[in-house]
Amino acid sequence: MRYMLMMHAPRGDGGWQVTQWTPEDLRAHIGFMKSINRELIASGEWVDAQGLAMPGEARVVRAGQDGKPVVTDGPYAESKEFLAGFWIVEVANTQQAYDIAGRISMAPGKGGVPMHLVIEVRQVMSAPPDEI
Amino acid sequence: MTPNGSHAPHAAHAAHAPLARLLRELGPQVLGAVARRHGDFADAEDAVQEALAAAAAQWPARGIPDNPSGWLYQVALRRLADQVRSERSRRAREETVTHDPSLERSPHDADDDADRLRGDSDDALLLLFMCCHPALTPASSVALALRAVGGLTTGEIARAFLVPEATMAQRISRAKSQIKASGVPFERPSEGERGERLAAVLHVLYLMFNEGYASSSGPSLARPDLSGEAIRLVRVVHALLPDEEEVAGLLALLLLTDARRAARTGGDGELIPLDEQDRSRWDAALIAEGVALVEATLPRGRVGAYQLQAAIAAVHDEAPSAEATDWTQIFALYSVLARLADNPMVELNRAIAAAMVQGPATGLAMIDALERDGRLAGHYRLDAVRGHLHERLGDVARAVQHYHSAADRTASLPERNYLLTRAARLRRGADDAPPLSAPE
Repeated sequence: MRYMLMMHAPRGDGGWQVTQWTPEDLRAHIGFMKSINRELIASGEWVDAQGLAMPGEARVVRAGQDGKPVVTDGPYAESKEFLAGFWIVEVANTQQAYDIAGRISMAPGKGGVPMHLVIEVRQVMSAPPDEI
Repeated sequence: MTPNGSHAPHAAHAAHAPLARLLRELGPQVLGAVARRHGDFADAEDAVQEALAAAAAQWPARGIPDNPSGWLYQVALRRLADQVRSERSRRAREETVTHDPSLERSPHDADDDADRLRGDSDDALLLLFMCCHPALTPASSVALALRAVGGLTTGEIARAFLVPEATMAQRISRAKSQIKASGVPFERPSEGERGERLAAVLHVLYLMFNEGYASSSGPSLARPDLSGEAIRLVRVVHALLPDEEEVAGLLALLLLTDARRAARTGGDGELIPLDEQDRSRWDAALIAEGVALVEATLPRGRVGAYQLQAAIAAVHDEAPSAEATDWTQIFALYSVLARLADNPMVELNRAIAAAMVQGPATGLAMIDALERDGRLAGHYRLDAVRGHLHERLGDVARAVQHYHSAADRTASLPERNYLLTRAARLRRGADDAPPLSAPE
């Protein structure tokens, strides 16, 4: 079973404040993510993981009346968090996906304090159709 | 998937590594011979892929034939004959099997084939010309070249690009259809086209190297070594065209860049800038080879962009320390490069060199001019460089502001981590901060 784990980080003026961390905070946070990835690769559960560019670079695309894409800077749903990155993992059951998400949620933030990040867990529809 | 989530196929794959290596070596050779005989690159590529698949399925049990490349050649020709037949019957809706002696040969012909297969190393170049066809996007060309000339499997290429195998198979198949539709035969480009086509080949090999070298897209999962593959292919082209200065220039550039590979990232994949790299970890043999190529090529006088970039890389690589770097020479080389190609990135690098020679203020003024020029407006690298220059001027507040601004816009995770860490270090005061490259 494949799951996508979507990591939502607090916006800059919320609790994340990454631009106010110390070098050690940054190193601890980056090191934590790298070691999670290494473990997932070693356990064979890693399918993909990507960090996303900052939300300021995001654009909204919608087809106009003429069917051509119209690109705008918003509107975005008001939220205190943004999608910062995601993992796709292949696991035997849902609980294993929850366990991985729970570990990611504890990534260290400012002062090395766990951030309790919000991780949205969704199953990827990669299962083969039933044989007839 | 097994219950504990591990993937078994890796172990099975490893057991046949020598066979995989052999097929990888023979594939491009056989493809060259088949394509030359058949004239259609796309059909030949399909047929050779099928022959390789047949070999991978049969040889482990039956053993490797005495003349493995002859075997592959024969099987590929038979597949082509099958294709021709089914095409004919499809069109005519009748079962007339036309006897084409050129396509129906007994295995005894294998000895003749050995001659056909031996030697013609020119094929590698012809195959590259086909793969780097102007009808294709550079990304498709890189993928196709890796399979047709590099001998990588579709699965390996997919892993290198971090996309599913089915996606990559589609990409390659589309590329071949485009080549087929263009009607370009499997032969050397005309003298008139040759320069442009060779430039396209070099550009594709340059991109292949960068894809492997930067590997900026996510954590690596045993990605095949694209940089090494690109260097191998440029070596092949250089051996065939020793008098082409830009081929020598590209080879030198890749060697001189690859020489720094081990030193450019730390244990967690974090970027280490050139001036903080441990130069004892640079590969002296690669540097010596690259420098010798530059010294042999530049004086010939037909100077091109790859040769100049190689010359710049050589100046860096030969400096015993960051402080000892001959920035005056680098500035001069970037100035020649800027006249050769109107490229804002070259202009930005020239501004960095100017800052090293004449001081940060000069560099900042050149970057302001670049910003007004508009082509790089809003590009994160403008802010990244500004951050460095303000840092050198001792203006911490501005440096931090530019580093943050660059971090907000870069599309590279290691780059963002680097910029944020650099800013964090400055905010606290650079003096008591541990070096970025400190081991864990």
